Parts: sequence; structure tokens; C-alpha cells
Amino acid sequence: MTGAAHALAASPEVLQLRLRDVAQARSPHNIGRWIAWGVTLLLAADVAWIFATNKGFEWHVVAQWFTGAAILRGLSVTLGLTVVAMVLGTALGLLLAIGRLSDNRLPRQLAGLYIWVFRGTPLMVQLIFWYNLSTLFPTLSLALPFGPVLASWKTNDLITPLTAAIAGLALNEAAYMAEIIRAGLISVDSRQTETAQAFGMTRGRALRRIVIPQAMRAIVPPTGNQLISMIKATSLVSVIAMGDLLYSVQAVYNRTFEVIPLLMVAVLWYLLITSLLSVGQSAIERYYARSDGTRPADRADEAPL
Amino acid sequence: MNAVMKGMPKMSEVPDPRPLVCAHNVHKRFGSNHVLKGIDMEVRAGEVVVILGPSGSGKSTFLRCINHLETMDQGSILVDGTQIGYALRGTHLHRVTPHVLARQRSEIGMVFQQFNLYPHLTVLENIVEAPIGVHGKPRSEAESEAFALLDMVGLRDKAHAYPRQLSGGQQQRVAIARALAIKPKLMLFDEPTSALDPELVGEVLAAMRDLANQGLTMIVVTHEIGFAKEAADRVVFMDGGVVVEEGTPDAVLANPQHPRTRAFLSRFIGGRASDT
Repeated sequence: MTGAAHALAASPEVLQLRLRDVAQARSPHNIGRWIAWGVTLLLAADVAWIFATNKGFEWHVVAQWFTGAAILRGLSVTLGLTVVAMVLGTALGLLLAIGRLSDNRLPRQLAGLYIWVFRGTPLMVQLIFWYNLSTLFPTLSLALPFGPVLASWKTNDLITPLTAAIAGLALNEAAYMAEIIRAGLISVDSRQTETAQAFGMTRGRALRRIVIPQAMRAIVPPTGNQLISMIKATSLVSVIAMGDLLYSVQAVYNRTFEVIPLLMVAVLWYLLITSLLSVGQSAIERYYARSDGTRPADRADEAPL
Repeated sequence: MNAVMKGMPKMSEVPDPRPLVCAHNVHKRFGSNHVLKGIDMEVRAGEVVVILGPSGSGKSTFLRCINHLETMDQGSILVDGTQIGYALRGTHLHRVTPHVLARQRSEIGMVFQQFNLYPHLTVLENIVEAPIGVHGKPRSEAESEAFALLDMVGLRDKAHAYPRQLSGGQQQRVAIARALAIKPKLMLFDEPTSALDPELVGEVLAAMRDLANQGLTMIVVTHEIGFAKEAADRVVFMDGGVVVEEGTPDAVLANPQHPRTRAFLSRFIGGRASDT
């Protein structure tokens, strides 16, 4: 074939074949793409200029308050509430998810009822409800049903803005996390549980060692969403006089009337935290994807399972 | 345990050594589908029994009844005197709690059609999971035993690979090593080569033949008649939820008595089975 091609080096057919060789092909000049980049960069520069030069933003005020003591205190409340509510919510959510997947009707229905109530009512209402619990129940008691009281507390001693905020956020979060975790658990091939049990693993151990690690692939991304929502949802606790980041910012601008720059302080902090969380989420996703190796080259001819 | 044997008249006829597996009158229905219609089977310690039969004959279901992955509707199966999933207290048979069931199962190894390796764990972690987690073996001991098993199936160099990085045949050999790691007194093979490409079947059958030669008690559900011929002590042919015929490989495979056995075997002449 090549010998023949050499012999006919000058023939128009061979010339044609050479011209048709895709190895020589050039990419099209994508003028549209360059224009799109140019316009976008121009607009971005313009927006940046507007933000930088608009006196209303008062960037020096932003800089002055960005690490102010009151703001950092609010920030720590926001972060602390987020972490505590998320941890409690996830733990309770896991129990609810396992309950929802139980063979037993009772835990299934109880978990369903819980999720129905806490997902079906606004978080704001739940927060205010916990905060005002004392109007419904002036004392909280630990007692046997219809039986003797073992211990009793005044509701107002237990329910501070902090505990109301934690209870409200965590209990609400648990309902959402339960569904996320349940979705993750049922995404794992049921043969995995069966295999673990055939080897004598108890249900708990099979769940912990075999099912949950595989379910994490499906659980982590929506949980990242939930965490970011939670950070912003903590700003709702200002309705029950809890001094979170947004509340602290509002407290300052109510005094100084520098509304916009102080809101920018809060915005920048929220963006900074969510950016850090996204980085963390990517790392966790990579960790749970570590077993996704490709087949070695010698088996490349075979279709993947 | 003697109490368990009572009420099972067949047991009295059993010669020594006492059978490791005693199945009596096993029935299983999936809804209106009567899958097992009274299976009786005995497997002695060290015996290799191959169960053959057409698809839908109930052979996999029966195998899964042995370690209670499938609950049966009637009859009983004893493995080394233990009725998996049940306990006889006085004159009443009770279903056991999941914890007791887990302990009862812990000495039965199983190899599945789809391998069912744990994809998030490396080959080594797959093998040591049950020895450490169920049998409480120290990690160092479990790992050195795992390496010995990997040597046996020829996959020591894959110890730190993940299952997805292995071919089907390699995965099934790891699954065999994983099942052996619990030092089982009984090994169940549920169509171990059916999901493999034809050229990978041989390596898995070779590993299984090694085990048969070592005197492990094995119950193998398969379509590999060649394996039955070479490695089985006894062949059981099932069809339509009953045992149609059983005997030595020579008797059943070369000289089948029942027309259904003959019809089944005739489909394999010159086929996949004869060249393995």
C-alpha cells in the first residue's frame, strides 16, 4: 500500500489523500469565543469599577468592621450554631433514615411522622415555637407516662435563645438529613448487605463498615448543600434574639446607619465560609471516590462492568 | 443437639461420619411459585457436591436456604447440627435474633455469582473484614493469613488494588479467598462462573478444584459439567424444585437414568462444559 503510494507520489489521488489526512487538520478560528471572553472581561471590569468607586459601599467602613470584635463574636455564634446543629441533625437524621428503612412498621411510621412534621412547617415557626415553649409547658418533667415524675425543670431555665436555636435548627435539619441519608443507603446495591450478613456480620456492623461508606458517595454532595443552607439559615435565629453574624451586623448598623457596608461585611464572611466548605467538600468527595480505579491497560479491551 | 435430630426419621439411617449438612423436606414458595418442592439432601464432611439443573430449577434458592439468606416455608436444614436461623428450645422451634443468626452463619463461606466484593475496600481489606470484625482476629494475623490465601489464588500482587481494577476472574478469585479467610467448615458456591467471560472461567474453576482436593466441604451450584466430572464426589440433578437424580459423576453424567437429566445433559455435548 505504502509502496504503491510512493510510486504514484504525484498522482492527484494521492495528493487528495494527503490533503484529507486528519492529522493535518486545523481547528476553526473561533472568533465568537474570543468576542465572548472580551465582552465578559469588559463587563467584569466595569462591575468591579462600579463596586470599587461607588461611595455607597464605603469600603473603608467594610475594612474597619470586617474583623471587629462584635462581628467576630457574631461569626463565632454562626459557625458554632452551624456545627452543633449540623452534627446533631445528621446524627438524628441517620437514626431516622435507619428507622424509615426498618423492616419493622413502628420505627418506619414514627420516622415518617417526624419527617412529615419537621419538613412540613417553616423553620422560622419552629424556632419561635421552641423559644416560646414555656407558654405551652411552664415546666418540663422527666416522668413515666401517667406515672411518677422523676425530675422537673422550669422551661424558662432550659430554653435560652441558644438552646432554642440549637433545638430548632437541629431538629429541622434532622428531617432533611434523614431523607438525604435514606437516599444514600438505598443507592447501595442490596447484595452488599446480603454478602456482609452471609459472612456473619450483624446488621449494625454491615451498615457501618459496608453500606454507609458506599452510601457516602451519594450523601456528601447534598449534605454540602444542607451545610451551606444551614449557615445562612442560622441568620433566622436573630428572630429569637440570638446574636449571630447577621444579627451583630444589624446591631452595628442600627447604631451607625452604615447599612450597606456592614451588610457587605456579612456577605463577604458568608462567601468566605461557603468557599472554604466547597473546598472541604471536594476533598471529602475525592476521598470517597478513591476506589474508582480504572481497569489496568491489559484489560482495556473489555467493557467495564 | 440430639433433640434436634428427633422427629427426623431419615437421620437414623445416616452412617458415620455424621453428615455436615442435612436437608429434609425443604419447601420454598415465592408467592404462588412453588420453587422447592421437598428437597432432601445430605452432604458429608469433606464431600464436594455439585448441583446441576436448568435455570429456574431452584438450585440457587436451595443453596441460599442453607445459610438462611432465603427463608424456607417448610422442612429443615442442619449444618453441623445447627439449624441456621432457628433454635430448638424444649419442644418448640424458635426463630433466632439477628445477632444469633450472624454467629450461626459465621462458619459458612459463600461465593456469589456477581462476586459481591466490597467495592470501597481493597482486596486485602475485603479479605480481613470478617476475620477481624466477626471473628475478632488480630489485624496482623488476619493479614498474614490473607496474604497466604492470595498466594494460593495467585493474586498477592493485587492485595492493595480495588475490586474495580480487577478482571471478573480475578475478582471471583479474591471472593474465594475472602470466603476461605473465615476458615469455613462449609463453602457454598452460587454459580461462581456464570458472570464471567468464557476465557476467565478456567482460572476460577482451577482455584475451586484446588479447594476440592484439599478436602473442603463444598456445595457448588454451577453449569460447568466439566467441573462436576473432575472435582465432584457426588452430582445432584435438580429440576422443577425436586431432586431428580443423584449419584457419582460417572453415574449421573455418563449414564443418566432420568429422561430430564438426559435432556439437560444433551444440551451440553460439545459445548462449554466439555472443554473445561
